[in-house]
Amino acid sequence: MSTARMDTAGVGTVAGVAPVHGVLVELNDLRRSFGTVRALDGMDLTINPGELVVLLGPSGCGKTTALRVLAGLEDADSGRITVDGRDISSVPTSKRDMGMVFQAYSLFPHMTALQNVEFGLTLRGKGSAERRRIAGNYLELVGLSEQAGRYARQLSGGQQQRVALARALAIEPKVLLLDEPLSALDAKVRVQLRDEIRRIQLELGITTLFVTHDQEEALAVADRVGVMWEGRIQQIASPAELYTAPVNKFVAEFVGLSNPLPGTASEGAATVLGQRVPLLPGSPPSGSVTVLVRPEAVTLVPGPDSAAGSDVRPGSVTGTIVGTSFLGSTGRAQVRLADGTLIIAQIASADVAVLRVGETVDVRLEQVPALAVASMASRGSL
Amino acid sequence: MRRKQTTIRWIVIAVIMAFFLIPLLSMLYFSLRFPLSGKWTGQAWSNVIHIGSIAAADPADYGQLWTGLKNSAVLVVLTVVIMVVLLVPTMTWVRLRVKWLSRTVEFICLLPLTIPAIVLVVGLGPVYRIVSNVLSTNTIWLCFVYVVLVLPFAYRALDAGLAAIDLTTLSEAARSLGARWFRIMWQIVLPNIRSAVVSACFISVALVLGEFTIAQLLARDNLQTGIFLVSQSDGQLAVTMSLAALILAFVLLMVLSLFSGDGRRTKGASA
Ligand SMILES: Nc1ncnc2c1ncn2[C@@H]1O[C@H](COP(=O)(O)OP(=O)(O)OP(=O)(O)O)[C@@H](O)[C@H]1O
Ligand SMILES: [Mg+2]
Repeated sequence: MSTARMDTAGVGTVAGVAPVHGVLVELNDLRRSFGTVRALDGMDLTINPGELVVLLGPSGCGKTTALRVLAGLEDADSGRITVDGRDISSVPTSKRDMGMVFQAYSLFPHMTALQNVEFGLTLRGKGSAERRRIAGNYLELVGLSEQAGRYARQLSGGQQQRVALARALAIEPKVLLLDEPLSALDAKVRVQLRDEIRRIQLELGITTLFVTHDQEEALAVADRVGVMWEGRIQQIASPAELYTAPVNKFVAEFVGLSNPLPGTASEGAATVLGQRVPLLPGSPPSGSVTVLVRPEAVTLVPGPDSAAGSDVRPGSVTGTIVGTSFLGSTGRAQVRLADGTLIIAQIASADVAVLRVGETVDVRLEQVPALAVASMASRGSL
Repeated sequence: MRRKQTTIRWIVIAVIMAFFLIPLLSMLYFSLRFPLSGKWTGQAWSNVIHIGSIAAADPADYGQLWTGLKNSAVLVVLTVVIMVVLLVPTMTWVRLRVKWLSRTVEFICLLPLTIPAIVLVVGLGPVYRIVSNVLSTNTIWLCFVYVVLVLPFAYRALDAGLAAIDLTTLSEAARSLGARWFRIMWQIVLPNIRSAVVSACFISVALVLGEFTIAQLLARDNLQTGIFLVSQSDGQLAVTMSLAALILAFVLLMVLSLFSGDGRRTKGASA
């Protein structure tokens, strides 16, 4: 990824659209309440120069509020926002130099795509020929040169968001802010456009904050993902780290699937379903715990009463398949244990046809570190 | 079945048109004949066009009509300008920033609708005594009452226009691009509610041109009081003038809707 960022002359680069100097953005202990709702509750966030950070979280966790406070569209009750070390709390939105793409379609309906992109340039005192040239370049960057003369209502949703992106980038903002820019689009366009946003962001090297509640989207585009909950960032890390080493139950359950299984912790591992599973740092050292096991850490082996039933390990647990689903490159199976616990396991897509509902299987846990939380006060442990 | 429906539709339209057109045609008929001999003549229309010189020649009979006409023209412009300048930014601001006030603003704007003009005048008497002292007794200061009178209609028209666009997102997008309030109003909000503004203006024009009660009771001279006076000595000219005012308003509507008529759509279609 870092090599791509340096190679700004990569495929799709448009002459005349220069990489920008990425800035350092810091949010410090931001607080904002709406009545009794604490939308931001001591939020801290650092975005490094040229980095794309995604804020991921469930609805109502304060993502939009954080972004709007950064843009100056909303005032914080307290806290500090700095850009390259300079406090911008008192700078009005119109002077903050932050390009924004909104969830709702936001093109000015009475202007063509080109005029929309030119709007911010007019405000920066550019002459009409220069404006036209720059706006043309950015439309080309988002692949819409052909549609320059069209009005918003003559463009598809995806095209409108592209123009909005071009419009935001054309003013060469210090920071690019995207608030669920893809959520109104259909699945295929969403994937296409998110990859394109990432490509452009890397090409320009612009510091970017991207808000979404879609974890696949977050993991796909981010340098780092900040998982938000209750007005605060619970964990901020690379997508891989977030997935393999969540710091708390909320993150573990929000990012990816996990099976909460009862166990007993001791010496950095836990006994779950009669098997030892290593625990991630942050798990309780001992006592009764709930271990969050990823579906891909669960292996199913056809059970003793089936033909190949010679390989029964002592201490393992058997269960009954209650359902399977085919997901394309992988598959998923639900297994019910004797005590009623339901476990989700990831299986090879070829096995979806092999495993029959009602079949007895041996449930084995891989030696992948998992997060455990104290089973009594799981919420308090955050 | 379809056929029958279409027929009924045309009958309804015909009845309504007759309802509107018969009085107008009667006025036209009356304006084109000598009252006594019944011969056809365009004299009354020529008098309407040359009302200025006629008034100069015979100020006793026609002076007030001419003054009233000029006053009404000024009143139309003043009322429309004040209405737009007052209402558009206020309503935009309320929608964007002080949502909790919107009910109150709506209530205030619709209030004049519920108060009969005659009652309004009772309250306006003292107010206009002050206006007369501070400004002057000139009829054009009626523009303040007229703004109040057109408020409910203009409010409704503008409200519909503002509701049709995503005002919040558009203004926030403009702000993030570096625009400040004046530019947002002028370059983003106004162009997108143009047809609503035009209909608000038209309603205001029609209302101001037709207003009689308040002007009469406050002893000011506008078009309608002028027509009323003239009607006592020259009925034909009064009717012709009324018809001319109606036609003027109608032409204005046509011109305005042509200009507003979503130039966007026409331009867009060719793109
Ligand atoms: N203008 C407002 N007035 C009152 N409450 C608000 C306002 N804006 C946000 N809130 C509240 O603050 C909390 C956080 O809202 P925010 O819009 O930041 O959530 P979000 O994470 O963006 O959610 P979503 O994924 O649904 O967009 C919510 O409980 C919301 O109801
Ligand atoms: Mg949101």
